Amino acid sequence: MCLGIPGQIVSITDADKLLAKVNVSGVKREINIACIVSDEHPVSSCVGDWVLVHVGFAMSRIDEEEAARTLQILEELGEIELELDAMKLSVEP
Amino acid sequence: MKFVDEFRDTQKAQTLTKAIHAIACRLASSQTKPLQIMEFCGGHTHTIFRYGIEQMLPDSIEMVHGPGCPVCVLPMGRVDDCVTLAELPNVIFTTFGDAMRVPGSKKSLLQAKADGADIRMTYSPMDALSLARANPSKEVIFFGLGFETTMPSTALTVLQAEREGITNFSLFCNHITTVPTIKAVLDSPDMKLDGFLAPGHVAMVIGERPFDFIAKDYHKPIVVTGFEPLDILHSLWMLLQQIEQGRSEVENQYSRIVQANGNTAALEAISQVFEIREFFEWRGLGSIDHSGVRMKQAYTNFDAEKKFAVPNLKIADPKSCQCGEVVKGVIKPWDCKIFGTKCNPENPMGALMVSSEGACAAYFNNGYNEQKTA
Ligand code: SF4
Repeated sequence: MCLGIPGQIVSITDADKLLAKVNVSGVKREINIACIVSDEHPVSSCVGDWVLVHVGFAMSRIDEEEAARTLQILEELGEIELELDAMKLSVEP
Repeated sequence: MKFVDEFRDTQKAQTLTKAIHAIACRLASSQTKPLQIMEFCGGHTHTIFRYGIEQMLPDSIEMVHGPGCPVCVLPMGRVDDCVTLAELPNVIFTTFGDAMRVPGSKKSLLQAKADGADIRMTYSPMDALSLARANPSKEVIFFGLGFETTMPSTALTVLQAEREGITNFSLFCNHITTVPTIKAVLDSPDMKLDGFLAPGHVAMVIGERPFDFIAKDYHKPIVVTGFEPLDILHSLWMLLQQIEQGRSEVENQYSRIVQANGNTAALEAISQVFEIREFFEWRGLGSIDHSGVRMKQAYTNFDAEKKFAVPNLKIADPKSCQCGEVVKGVIKPWDCKIFGTKCNPENPMGALMVSSEGACAAYFNNGYNEQKTA
């Protein structure tokens, strides 16, 4: 019940009621965007946003930079592991 | 799908598993028992089972599946209240699908529907509001349950109903709060947890700071965690690093979604509509102080508890149920005497057997039932 699913806002359907159409893996439905709208991020700038959709509400914008940063950490961890493996091979005859 | 496939990458999962094994191996010499890590949220339990994460972990790490499945902790009396409301004449009772099969003392909502009550599953509380608009001669009640993750959606729906002057919509508010519940788990005398995975989507709403007390007062490390398999493994690795380095802090693995201060608009909607209840009754855990919310006086017209006569009966859990012990991590599901026999997903006795986010159903559906005799 507490899971959400990423979707992209494709259009604003009712700016007053803060409703927008979102595309979730090809399925389109109307959602409420009250939680992602602010003075810095007005309704008009929401189209194109990737958001986490939960029970018909956009609950958060997905921060693409942060996602990339997390993946980068894991990428580097993999490289370190490879190095360590190589090192172990070279010390153990 | 955006940032879903990336966080299911098997190669990265293998790297993380290796890194986890390496730390666990270093820690093992100073351990007398396995490290017990609780994932609080049922959504995490679901991911852990779906991707077989426990099998990837070393024996020295044990996952304890916490009480964070709103459906699983619903007491029987509350289900009875729902059935009473749903069976009132002229009522359309709406709910998230998960709640349909939870056993009440006489019947579940699903059985009540079969008996003729007008009960409809909705994906969103907004769908319930649409039903109210379309059926002005009926009373539409939405069964609001869930932690802070779902609270903003029901609060915003009530606010929308008020703005539109819709008078035939009301909320049966059964929302529960995360922090007092974690505190109750930590204060339980038979609890020996070594760390927590914090519920990512609750943190998305309330932010990281409400979890500080776990690190500061209870000296347990805690990591705010996302819901893909790499998120869980990454967080476990972060937790083990904290344990190895003797730190206890709140860290955020789910930074693509969770901001330190949470979501302002969501928090405003919550505080506008809801207020803390003195206590709230949980299945398996008993009554926990301040662990639920009710609607504020100003929204009485949208409050099903005020609009209709809710019996509010207290029904004790069946004696043979050990859901409480499972939820606190004191016993494993297969230690419950009726696990897999009198209690199974077809015929759940306890709520942990109902939802796929419940520990007992997850164990049962993944073939762990044999372990009982192993
Ligand atoms: S087996 Fe059934 S009764 Fe026993 S703890 Fe699990 S859900 Fe509760």
